[in-house]
Amino acid sequence: MAEIQQQASGGGKGGKKRAKKMSTKIDMTPMVDLAFLLLTFFMLTTTFSKPTVMQVTMPVKEKEPNKDPTVLKASDAFTVLLGENNKIYYYEGLLDATTKPELKLSSYDANGIRKTLLDRRRANPGTVVLIKPDDNSNYKNMVDILDEMNITDQKKYALVDISKADQDLIKNSGL
Amino acid sequence: MTPMVDLAFLLVTFFMLTTKFAPEEAVVVDTPSSTSEIRLPESHVITIAVDKDKRVFFGMDDDEIKADLLKQVGAKYGVSFTAPQVQAFRGVASSFGTPIEKLPALLNLDSEQRKSVKQEGIPSDSLNNQLIEWIVTAQSLSRKQFGKPAYIAIKGDGNADVPTVKKVISLMQDKNINRFNLITDLETKPVAGN
Repeated sequence: MAEIQQQASGGGKGGKKRAKKMSTKIDMTPMVDLAFLLLTFFMLTTTFSKPTVMQVTMPVKEKEPNKDPTVLKASDAFTVLLGENNKIYYYEGLLDATTKPELKLSSYDANGIRKTLLDRRRANPGTVVLIKPDDNSNYKNMVDILDEMNITDQKKYALVDISKADQDLIKNSGL
Repeated sequence: MTPMVDLAFLLVTFFMLTTKFAPEEAVVVDTPSSTSEIRLPESHVITIAVDKDKRVFFGMDDDEIKADLLKQVGAKYGVSFTAPQVQAFRGVASSFGTPIEKLPALLNLDSEQRKSVKQEGIPSDSLNNQLIEWIVTAQSLSRKQFGKPAYIAIKGDGNADVPTVKKVISLMQDKNINRFNLITDLETKPVAGN
C-alpha cells in the first residue's frame, strides 16, 4: 500500500500556507509478489520444446500390383519379425516354400538386435532389412526397431506386412 | 529491491510473449521414445493420434482454415453447423475424435463439459472413412492457404496396436501421402557399435 508520509508542518507561523511537501514511498512488496506469481505461472505453463519426430517415408503404392519392380536377393535379405510381448525375432535370407531359414530370438537392448544388425552389415554391406510387425506387437516395438535402423545407420529397410508363413514360423519355432 | 523487480518483470514479459499454451488434448497418448532429434515444425501440422484403445483422433493447428475445414467436411456428410458451433470448433480442432454426425452435439457443450465426454474415435474403416476425408480436406485447404501441404504427424501410444497404425498409414498412402512423422519422446543416442 502506498503510504504518504506527512512531514510535520514546520512551525505555524501563520500567513501563507505552503503546499505540503509530500514524500511518497511506495511499498512494492505486493507488486513483487504478483510479478513472481506471474513469473512462476508462465514458467510452468510454457511448453518450450516441441516434441521430436521420426520421419518415415513409405514407398508409393503401386497402382498395378502385378508389376514386380525389383527382386530382392535372398543373400541380401534380413528379416526382423516383431512378435507379441515385446519379442523380436530375426532370420537371414528369404522365406519361401522350399527354404526354411533358421529363426532366432533377439531383444531390443543394445546387445540384441543392434549387434546382430551391425555384424550382419559388416559381413554384407548390401543388407536390406525387412521389418514385419506382427498384429500383436505394439506401436512402441515398431518405433523401437525403426529407431534401431537410425542408430545403426541402416540405409535400406522397409516396413512389410507380416505373412502367414512368417507367423507360422514363429509359432513352430517355439521361441 | 528495484533491480530484482526489474528482472522479475523482464522475465514475466519474456515468458508471456514466448508462451504458447499447450493445446488441449482430447486423449492421453504416451508416446514411445526414439533417438531422433528432428523437431516438429511450429505450424501447419496435422496430428493423427492413435490411442491404446484403437481410437483415432484428428487434429490440426492452423486457425485460418479450421472454419473452412469444418464446413467442407460437414457438407460432404450433409451436416451443417451454426456460427457458434464453427466458433467452438476452433478450440476443439486441435484434437478430437468424434464422428461428424455427433460433432454438432459436442460443439454445443461448453469446454468443461467437453472434457468429460468420452470420444469414440473418428471412423476410419472402409465403409465409413471420415478420417481420410478430414486429412485430404485439410491438406487441400492448407495447400491453398499456405502454398504447401501440412505435415502429417502420427502420434501413437506406445501400447497402440500395429494394425491400427498401419491402417492409418495405408489410408494415406492410398491418397498418395507417403511421408509421415512419428511423434516420439527424445532419448539419448547410444553410441553405435558398442
